[in-house]
Amino acid sequence: MKLSTKFLKDYVDVPVDYQELADRMTSIGNEYDSCEPLINATDLVIGKVLECKMHPDSDHLHVTLVDIGSEKLQIVCGAPNVREGIKVIVAKPGAVLPEITIKKSNIRGVESNGMLCALFELGLDKKYLHEEDINGICILGDDAKVGDDPIKYLGLDDEVIDFELTSNRGDLLSILGMAYEVGALYGNEVKDIDIGYKEEGEDINKSFKVKVSTKDCTMFLAKSVKDVVIKESPDFIKTRLIASGIRPINNVVDISNFVMLETGQPLHFYDADTLNGELEVRNSKENEKLTTLDKTTRTLSSEDIVIASHGKAIGLAGVMGGLETEITEKTKNIMIESAIFNNVKIRQTSKRILRSEASNRFEKGLDPKRTYLAIERCCNLLEKYADAKVQTGLVIYDHENKDDKEIEVTFDKINKVLGLEVPHDEVIKILENLKFKVTVKKDTLKVLVPSRRIDITIKEDLIEEVGRFYGLENIVGKLPTVPLKPGKFNKTYREIKHKMANLGLNECLSYALIRESEFPLFQTEVKEMVKVLDPMTDEHAVMRYSLLASLMNIYTYNKSRGINDIHIFEMGNGFYKEDTEYKEEMKLAALLSGEYKIGFETIKFNFYDIKGILEDLLDYLGYKDRYTLVIKDIPKELHPYQSASIVVNGKEIGIIGKINPAFNKDDIYVLEISINKLLENRVKGIQVSEISKYPTILKDVAFILDKDIVASDVSKEIKRLGGKLLRDVQIFDCYEGDKIDSNKKSLAFKLTFNDMNRTLTDEEVMEIFEKIISGIETKFKSQVRDK
Amino acid sequence: MEEYMEREDIIKKLESDLKNVKTKNDLQNVKAAYLGKNGIVTNLSLKMKEIPNEEKREYGKFLNLIKEEVTTKLESMESELEKNLLEEKLNEEKIDITLPSRKKLKGSIHPMTRVVEELEDLFVSMGYDVISGPEIDTDMNSFTKLNLPEGHPARDAQDTFYLDKDYLLRPHTSPAQVRTMEANKEKTPLRIVCPGKVYRRDDDATHSHQFMQFEGLVVGEDISLADLKGTLELFAKKLLGEKTNVRFRPSYFPFTEPSCEVDVTCFKCGGKGCSLCKQTGWIEVLGAGVVHPNVLRMSGYDPDKYTGFAFGPGIDRFAMFKYGITDIRQIYTNDIRFLEQFDRKDVD
Repeated sequence: MKLSTKFLKDYVDVPVDYQELADRMTSIGNEYDSCEPLINATDLVIGKVLECKMHPDSDHLHVTLVDIGSEKLQIVCGAPNVREGIKVIVAKPGAVLPEITIKKSNIRGVESNGMLCALFELGLDKKYLHEEDINGICILGDDAKVGDDPIKYLGLDDEVIDFELTSNRGDLLSILGMAYEVGALYGNEVKDIDIGYKEEGEDINKSFKVKVSTKDCTMFLAKSVKDVVIKESPDFIKTRLIASGIRPINNVVDISNFVMLETGQPLHFYDADTLNGELEVRNSKENEKLTTLDKTTRTLSSEDIVIASHGKAIGLAGVMGGLETEITEKTKNIMIESAIFNNVKIRQTSKRILRSEASNRFEKGLDPKRTYLAIERCCNLLEKYADAKVQTGLVIYDHENKDDKEIEVTFDKINKVLGLEVPHDEVIKILENLKFKVTVKKDTLKVLVPSRRIDITIKEDLIEEVGRFYGLENIVGKLPTVPLKPGKFNKTYREIKHKMANLGLNECLSYALIRESEFPLFQTEVKEMVKVLDPMTDEHAVMRYSLLASLMNIYTYNKSRGINDIHIFEMGNGFYKEDTEYKEEMKLAALLSGEYKIGFETIKFNFYDIKGILEDLLDYLGYKDRYTLVIKDIPKELHPYQSASIVVNGKEIGIIGKINPAFNKDDIYVLEISINKLLENRVKGIQVSEISKYPTILKDVAFILDKDIVASDVSKEIKRLGGKLLRDVQIFDCYEGDKIDSNKKSLAFKLTFNDMNRTLTDEEVMEIFEKIISGIETKFKSQVRDK
Repeated sequence: MEEYMEREDIIKKLESDLKNVKTKNDLQNVKAAYLGKNGIVTNLSLKMKEIPNEEKREYGKFLNLIKEEVTTKLESMESELEKNLLEEKLNEEKIDITLPSRKKLKGSIHPMTRVVEELEDLFVSMGYDVISGPEIDTDMNSFTKLNLPEGHPARDAQDTFYLDKDYLLRPHTSPAQVRTMEANKEKTPLRIVCPGKVYRRDDDATHSHQFMQFEGLVVGEDISLADLKGTLELFAKKLLGEKTNVRFRPSYFPFTEPSCEVDVTCFKCGGKGCSLCKQTGWIEVLGAGVVHPNVLRMSGYDPDKYTGFAFGPGIDRFAMFKYGITDIRQIYTNDIRFLEQFDRKDVD
């Protein structure tokens, strides 16, 4: 909302300058975007062209002698409309205009001491100007006094504060609303608006009917004015429109905009002669066509509200009028519409079709009293500035409540909510300055809020009014007085992240919205995806299920920047749909690629690195000895022979493995687990087990086995054969190579024997050891190496 | 009587023998030559029986003296030898300590996680519960029950990713308020915070369509704007430094009444005025207010008995300030060279 301070001052006294006003308004909740004079130019003066000769060395430049009162200046001017005798705007040497700074100069051999200005050179947007003002310098009226300030003469001595208002303050989209707000700030009265006019002729209700056949229109007023003379508006209207950001067109159109700015009530003018005595407000028919003012044919829906005449839609209520009934240069008689439509419907329609000054106001809600006021103000101005004859009577359809709202609140409640000690008389003063009627009974305030403040309906709204005018800056912060209790907080997710970081991985945070084509990746049975109805881009269209899709993108991003050693993880939700239900599942994914260094040793990441991370994490979370890797359900993005499903307590909770070279040819190792599924498996707290007081006996043995035999099977069998005296089995080497057959491998085990109650003898350990060796040799058709 | 060596001679000889000792073995040989079988000192003591009785006492004294002297010399030689050997060994083990160390792979914690954790810790220490809500929520929980009925103009401001007519990606963490209040069947006072990802149809240099919010809600008796201010002052000082001040400006949000925009002392210039704060010395960081009675009522709380406050800052910019991140997109780009810088603890 662009507020012209000059326009505002028509209705309320403002004791401060515009910058201070803008800052004070901000402090009461009305922020502004910008705040500046309408014309940003210095050293301008009204001059009279005394002489005007052709430039000796140019076919279009003139050399003028201009009287500016204090002196006479020779100025070279290129405008085609410069001539002797006219009054002009002179920018003296040293003048600073929006685009240029004026200096004494020499133009093709002739001295020039200033510039004769066109209006756009002063910073007025060309859209507000007539053709002749764009092509030439501004020619002032004969009454302009040489030596005076031309900006003042033109009525452009104004300032504009561009407010960014909150959506509840529809009332501030009017000069009157602003006047009440500013009046409340400084305790000043709001001046009356001039609404007087004469009526003549027979009552309009006899010859004109309005039918409202939709509940989306709660108020519709129509009034007829005749014999208007279409011409240019008076300057005070034009300049106020320009300062408010609206282009002046002609007196009639301008008055409708001017009154909208004053009252906040949008109006629509019909050429009455095109209406044939009736108007109907109804919902549009589905696919009904209407050509609007901008000469565009619109296809409407049954959600739109239209104004119709004799069955045919002639206007899109609250948004834009129709072309057929618009005011033209030839219009004589006008039907004025002042109405209130359902704000939600207007919002939907305007969102689809066109946002305008009018629709913006309808959306935010209107004061039904102003609906009357606006139409009367229109008649007043049309009579004065368009020579209109106002016809007797007003066509009224009115289902609006215009009563003041009665709200009760106690002083105590106000101060308790604000956390302030606002004195009682201060509370009353603030509410009365807002022109609310206040009666006090003991501790209770009874407040009558006028209909213009549609945003105020409950006591909390009144509390806010007191707070914002008293000043929220006066609140002294304190902490809530509440019973002591410990805060509840499950730290598991945090601990997982920190464990992963401690294992050497960098935490990533990426977007949950991904490409549709990325969704099925790393899934064996593809879930139903969660899709956004109206994505901004294809890149962010569906919610990810696997975080590995994101980590692969991060891998590619870094790789393309020359970073090859990548060890990363991310924790976040994966999303899918199941039986029309949206599901989210907390997941953890990790990715390794490239190499790392320990001292001078460079180690290339391989499967056992990612496996180590998995085991370290699961052990840390208390799942030691409860997980296995099972070679099944491997998604096609993973290598079939270097991957597995992760199984905890018999249930699959994730995948681990190498990226399939068909998917990405780099050596990349990944894992992804469902944290939700993992944590479903309860873990017992740490309970220490007794430490044996007796010595342990260690035995090493290596077996030569077929390559296809997996180490974990051998370990398991050793443990079974070893019985309870065999405390631990560790694989400490795996060898394949020249020293053994090419289809064989050698696995070396370290066995730990111990008993809690006594010292074991060598003989009994040897007996078990021999039993293990022969057992393994038989079961796996293997033999002990280097025996 | 057979000649025997004078004490001085024996010691002289021993000293000269010891001069040639280089190893423990040499020492052993010397030791044997004096104290061993057939050793010089041993032989001297064997002679005792040949000494006449009246001289035995004197000879015995002489023997003890020489034994003691020889033993002392040998022992001191031994300890010197050991010292030399140790010295030698230490010398052999001399290394260049400036060579690179052997250390494990280094990981890091993302800046957003760090800010979330810092805030969680602050609020848990004040007895707030940390809760998490779903990222896919209903229109009902995200808008209607927060006093934003269908068609409400403020719904425009939050351009939302809808999944269907009822479900959406939460545009703010505020549904957590609704969920917590509804889940608390006893309708007792509450203190919660809810950190999490939120989504809006908004993407430019200063906005990302996904960002982190940190919701806070307190419901109790006589909870006021002053309580909110005190709480946010703590919040701001913790994240932005002790000198940070908080300013309230009245504003409008459908879920709170009264509502306010909260400004903090500009973290770039410290309040002097700069380009970031547009010379005002203040930066707007969040919206907050007293919970609207409709919001309490819709979740089963009696607004005549209870009041509450709520706040919901986006915290990405706090992370940006804290770590000097200049472009919000860096937070979600995951350049390794960016992530690696977060491999150490924050300053307390």
